[in-house]
Amino acid sequence: MDLSLEISGISKSYGRYPALNNVSLQAHDKEFLALLGPSGSGKTTLLRVLAGLEKPDAGEVRFGGEDFLSVPVRQRQVGMVFQHYALFRHMTVAQNIAFGLTVRPRSERPSKSEIADRVADLLSLVQLDDMGKRYPAQLSGGQRQRVALARALAIEPKMLLLDEPFGALDAQVRRELRRWLRELHDRAGVTTVFVTHDQEEALDLADRVAIMRDGQLIQLGAPNEVYENPADPFVYDFLGAACRMPGKVEGGRLTVADWVTKAPKGAPEGPVEVFFRPDEVAFAPADGAGLGAEVKAVAQRGPDVRIECVIEGEVFELEAHGPTLPAGVAPGLSLRVKPMRPRVYPRTTVA
Amino acid sequence: MSSSPGSSSIRMPGIAPLLVFASIAAMVLLVVGPLAIVFTEAFSKGLSRFFLEIREPDAVAAIRLTLLVAAISVPLNAVFGIAAAWTVAKFEFRGKSLLLTIIDLPFSISPVVSGLVWVLLFGAQGWFGEWLIDHDVKIIFATTGLVLATVLVTLPFVARELIPLMQDQGSDEESAAITLGADGFTTFWKITIPNIKWALLYGVLLCNARAMGEFGAVSVVSGHIRGMTTTLPLHVEVLYNDYDFVGAFAAASLLASLGLVTLVVKTALEWRHAGELSATRRH
Amino acid sequence: MIDQAIFRPVVPAAAKRPRLWHWREPSILPGFPLGLGITLLYLSLIVVIPLAALAIRPWELGLSGFWRVLTDERVLRAFRLSFGLSILAALLNAPLGLLIAWSLTRYQFPGRRILDALVDLPFALPTAVAGIALTTIYAPNGPIGALAAKFGIKTAYSPLGIFIALVFIGLPFVVRAIQPVLQEVDREVEEAAQTLGASSFQKAFLVILPAIAPALLSGVSLAFARAVGEYGSVVFIAGNMPFKTEIAPLLIVIKLEQYDYAGAAAVGVGMLLISFAALIVFNAAQILLARKGRA
Repeated sequence: MDLSLEISGISKSYGRYPALNNVSLQAHDKEFLALLGPSGSGKTTLLRVLAGLEKPDAGEVRFGGEDFLSVPVRQRQVGMVFQHYALFRHMTVAQNIAFGLTVRPRSERPSKSEIADRVADLLSLVQLDDMGKRYPAQLSGGQRQRVALARALAIEPKMLLLDEPFGALDAQVRRELRRWLRELHDRAGVTTVFVTHDQEEALDLADRVAIMRDGQLIQLGAPNEVYENPADPFVYDFLGAACRMPGKVEGGRLTVADWVTKAPKGAPEGPVEVFFRPDEVAFAPADGAGLGAEVKAVAQRGPDVRIECVIEGEVFELEAHGPTLPAGVAPGLSLRVKPMRPRVYPRTTVA
Repeated sequence: MSSSPGSSSIRMPGIAPLLVFASIAAMVLLVVGPLAIVFTEAFSKGLSRFFLEIREPDAVAAIRLTLLVAAISVPLNAVFGIAAAWTVAKFEFRGKSLLLTIIDLPFSISPVVSGLVWVLLFGAQGWFGEWLIDHDVKIIFATTGLVLATVLVTLPFVARELIPLMQDQGSDEESAAITLGADGFTTFWKITIPNIKWALLYGVLLCNARAMGEFGAVSVVSGHIRGMTTTLPLHVEVLYNDYDFVGAFAAASLLASLGLVTLVVKTALEWRHAGELSATRRH
Repeated sequence: MIDQAIFRPVVPAAAKRPRLWHWREPSILPGFPLGLGITLLYLSLIVVIPLAALAIRPWELGLSGFWRVLTDERVLRAFRLSFGLSILAALLNAPLGLLIAWSLTRYQFPGRRILDALVDLPFALPTAVAGIALTTIYAPNGPIGALAAKFGIKTAYSPLGIFIALVFIGLPFVVRAIQPVLQEVDREVEEAAQTLGASSFQKAFLVILPAIAPALLSGVSLAFARAVGEYGSVVFIAGNMPFKTEIAPLLIVIKLEQYDYAGAAAVGVGMLLISFAALIVFNAAQILLARKGRA
């Protein structure tokens, strides 16, 4: 069966503050979709609308072709993992996982032994086999996270919703759980939507990434697609470190300070903002092509080198990987910096 | 919060014992003294006299009445406390702070006024006085009046314990239960109640202690009819004013014991279930 | 597998109605109408309607009659006694409460936990019991009363006796208000003060006292509010001499015994008004202190 998700024209406001403004997007069956955005962008509100915890003011959600908004929360069969897990603190891990099954009406409820088997399966799935008798307070953050996931999976959800699933964990645990969650999703084959403000996480994990800002969907696409082709300066900036300079496009030529080059395909004519990643630059001698720069400081960081340059009176922190660095770069040296893949956006008003 | 008393941050070797001694002395003089005198006076004429006093028919009637009044008032205020806390802590609506102020109001009213208001409503010259006399219904100078006065005085106790705790806990667990398929009733009984049970017990305990010990408010509505409308604290007053000191202190010792038991249970709850009480109750 | 039956037939989007003014945030939790209904009904019956009866009753005397009740010499004396002694008792409770709270939070000594628990005894002990017990101790033939009498000091049946009872019932409010704050005064701030060369006394007065001042004030105002209305623990030790040792709550009882409902209500309303005015002053002072602490 095709359990694809179709969100159209969802709006929601709290008082005068619009949390979601006419958001439309689709997720395919079994897709792993990330909602990425800074805090206050409306991503969590959208997730809560999908779970049924918030009612939108306008719009429609269809799931598997049916009107999902008219399905009461408790019948939606969504597995929701809350940001702070919302584990039942007075229940053991096993009781937490079993909860969704034990509260079913008698006619639909599995037998006690079936529930116990199910719980044991889930415990081993989330690698907490011998933790069933513990209480949430006796677990580490990563373990709690996995219990919350097992509890959500116990009801055989048709859709899995994760609100900042790794937000409260430290970097190490975060990276380990990330791969594990992806594998789990691939095995379970459930349409999954997760919310995050960590672009690295979203790009690493998701099939597609929906980037949100101020309650609006800005861009939707596969990770490499959005990374290579950010829709606007906000997305470019949000997806990674960015250097930004003013420039001009005239007759297919891009002029940035003292550097003139062929304008990228589809660049708008007129005054523009030029963006490039600090690690996507080539260095050339002072008489070569590129932006005239003066080196202020050089710092070795493992295999990478951080080079502080002054270009057009502004300080830029550039990165070079060992081999791409020309020999002899030292403070005080003049050289040329050539962005390898500059992106050009029309210059708006003071941004 | 687990504090570490006696930490090295204060170094006043000469002054520390002095301050501690002064504190203990003040407490003994002011607080422990009255408690001690209750029991010494109660047993001053021997154990048998004590038992004679508390088994005297008026005393027994007073104990019965006190238990009855508490048995009605405390559950009423417990149900109210749960309903109010659920409403205030789990939902956002306008007028909430006004509601909270009204809930707290009985704490800032003199107990005598809390009794007076019922006389103004149901007394012989009260709003409904004539109607009540015509229909031969007695509220003032009767058990109903005692219950009403007690309910008003003890109204905030349970709500006050539950509201901050439930606000602290938020509604994530309830939301989770509902997404997992639980209905409202199941969510309330299996998630909310277990999460607040110790705070509920704590509130009920304090509410009960105050209900059984209330004096000013019930004094106004009681009429002091011996064996009929005298609760145990009023019985103490009647005997004391009759210069029956042994009887008065025998009855008082029962109330003091209630206070001590309350104190012990309360302290035990604070130590054992600190995390499950509202933050101000944690030691 | 997936059970399609749970999906209801498509209903025209219920969410499309425009929301103009809404007085509560929607929530998926059930029970709001029931909870609010119980709360409002109960509060109306138990608190609001009875207090309305109190507020309305004195006006049958007219404004001048109301004023005459409140300015009656006997009533004025009782108010002065009740409010004056309540303020004095609350003021004594400030250093006393501070002393006890300080000892309990900063020092480890045998019996500390018991002492801590005993602080709540004035809460837990029924007021009538406290009343007769205090009276027995401070009566002219009581253990302390007799001692005081030797020096010519009359304790029970005098304003001093009332004062002692009010200190007794107010003490826990002050201790419990400052205890948690005292526990959380940032140790690092204290240590910083020490490294900067502050003496222990300078530290106590310049660093710790300002930090706990708002809590102390709040405890004092609670103790004051309780003392003004207190009846049971005071009425036995007071002696209840008109114009001399008669407290305001007792006047209400006396007027009721004379079936002077309007007069009783007038005294009650007067007490509430003065109490609220005092509490507003306390609150304002507290806000000022807190603001100063933050700046």
